Amino acid sequence: MEPIQCLTGKAAVMDRSNVDTDQIIPKQFLKRIERTGFGEFLFYDWRYDEKGNERADFELNKPESKGANILIAGDNFGCGSSREHAPWSLYDYGFQAVIAPSFADIFKNNCLKNGMLPIALSSEDVSRLMKAAEEPGHQLTVDLPNQTVTDNKGFQASFDIHPYWKEMLVNGWDEISITLQYDEQIRQHEQKDQVVSSY
Amino acid sequence: MGKSIIEKIWDRHIVYKEDSKPDLLYIDLHYIHEVTSPQAFEGLRLKGRSVRRPDKTFATMDHNVPTINRYLIHDEVARTQLEALKKNCDEFSISLADLDSPDQGIVHVIGPELGLTKPGMTIVCGDSHTSTHGAFGAIAFGIGTSEVEHVLATQTLWQTKPKTLKLEINGSLGRGVTAKDVILYIISKYGVNFGTGYIIEYCGDVIRNMSMEERMTVCNMSIEGGARAGLVAPDETTYSYLLGRKYSPKGDDFEKAVTDWSSLVSDDDAEYDHCLEIDGSDISPMVSWGTNPGMCSPVDSSIPTAGEVKTEDSKKSLRSALQYMGLEEGMKITDIPVQHVFIGSCTNSRLEDLRQAADVVKGQKVSTGVRALVVPGSQRVKLAAEEEGLDKIFTEAGFEWRESGCSMCLSMNPDVVPPGEHCASTSNRNFEGRQGTGARTHLVSPSMAAAAALFGKFVDIRQINAAGIADEAVK
Ligand code: SF4
Repeated sequence: MEPIQCLTGKAAVMDRSNVDTDQIIPKQFLKRIERTGFGEFLFYDWRYDEKGNERADFELNKPESKGANILIAGDNFGCGSSREHAPWSLYDYGFQAVIAPSFADIFKNNCLKNGMLPIALSSEDVSRLMKAAEEPGHQLTVDLPNQTVTDNKGFQASFDIHPYWKEMLVNGWDEISITLQYDEQIRQHEQKDQVVSSY
Repeated sequence: MGKSIIEKIWDRHIVYKEDSKPDLLYIDLHYIHEVTSPQAFEGLRLKGRSVRRPDKTFATMDHNVPTINRYLIHDEVARTQLEALKKNCDEFSISLADLDSPDQGIVHVIGPELGLTKPGMTIVCGDSHTSTHGAFGAIAFGIGTSEVEHVLATQTLWQTKPKTLKLEINGSLGRGVTAKDVILYIISKYGVNFGTGYIIEYCGDVIRNMSMEERMTVCNMSIEGGARAGLVAPDETTYSYLLGRKYSPKGDDFEKAVTDWSSLVSDDDAEYDHCLEIDGSDISPMVSWGTNPGMCSPVDSSIPTAGEVKTEDSKKSLRSALQYMGLEEGMKITDIPVQHVFIGSCTNSRLEDLRQAADVVKGQKVSTGVRALVVPGSQRVKLAAEEEGLDKIFTEAGFEWRESGCSMCLSMNPDVVPPGEHCASTSNRNFEGRQGTGARTHLVSPSMAAAAALFGKFVDIRQINAAGIADEAVK
């Protein structure tokens, strides 16, 4: 995983609640056995019409959303299926962070494991950012070490992230290698566990 | 202060604890299937890692499998995924219930059926409906593929302890009201994210009086309310279900296990972060009319109007859902036409579900213009149903009787609902495109789905008399 410090760039706005992972990456694209190359299928059914042409009214197809690296979305983003293909496709498309009032639990974890930041801000802050992002020349900055979101128009907010995840992301560590250092504790638990549930 | 079952199980599984970290939690059982595991095995291979406990890992094939002739897989990519799972299980010595196995079926149906799922366990699977296994008094939750890789390599996960929610359902259920209606009612009442950040303990008389299969239906859809996990404390119903299953403890070990399992039940003075209480008699047979499981209403009511919903956001969601569904505000639920019926999925594809549906269709005929499918959850369910003659009841009524798998729950296999058509489905998700691009899904119980097949529209199951004939009012 690449270490993350500061992200600066353009935001795309998706003002919808309860965007589910079936929409983020429809099931017909889950059959690949690689982690990469999912970006072209992101939001497929919303993004393209039956003939495979871009739908002009879909948020990400608007000219002002092209090239965005931060997505601002509504409540409960990423609900539904646990498919990690959802953050893979968002990341592959070019998003490095999603800002929303709330996230579904599994989706949030899946983002963190892939170096993509799920940032929860208050509904008011998210609405303000959605408006601000419509202004030409708008730029957002997400500062992970300082846990802040700022823009070039004077917006400022801070966000929460568990210190464990922050450390992991800032350093770009591989979680499994860290856990393997606890081998002794795992072994001890397995011995104790044999007594408790050896049935 | 006493402890809830959630805390008791959690605390038992902590391998390592430190203030600035989530808990390192031991995982007792790891289910895997073909769709969310290939990248995890690839990850292991790239780093030269092995599977720490293949004996605590169990695999099956379910999402992609065709349900007519399971060996005729036209889809190249689906076949690649099934082959990859077989190869990975061989290479890492993991038990696999493949297409030839009598144990094969939907992962959340076979785990309990084989007695693999047991009280007090921590159980994970790269699948959000892992919450199903909570019915046995286990902490069971869905994970992503990176976490699958982490569990394969370490048999643990770093997890922040979730908050606890006690959801008490008291009183009793009316005639025709099932476990599916209970959970749909809960989600429509409290919303699709009321459970985010929580593990739910379902309790109260209604839950106590439910069979294991009904408890599984309720726990299954915890995730549709935002909760990663939902559970029911084990009791006599749990133990008698487990007795004699393939992987259940045997003889004295079973007795010892029951003593241990019984100690996990929540203490009387256990505290929860949040409590909710509902009355079973308030629940009616439910039908979803929108594009998330919270958008559902009692069968004898109407689709809400924009005037009836409170926030701007919900008005917007209502309008866009109805546009997708091709329905109108204020329309009566019983006026919604149905062209497809799907009885199956990890929510409602067990023997009791099929019996319920068969009771309704016995001696009747599927309405002209309706295509109706029954897809048993597992090979064992299929066999057991055939022994009782349920397959005959269905096929004589005009239903198709299929091989086990996920099928039209997410339509990754060839079972698809065409664009614009309505499907009464016993599955768990009515998201846009879930059953096929443009498909319009309505979530219902097995008996409601069966009734919809007979009438080509939704009917109130309570108005169907014992002979399966609808009252005059229904026609
Ligand atoms: S039946 Fe549906 S919800 Fe259940 S595991 Fe299969 S695809 Fe997922």
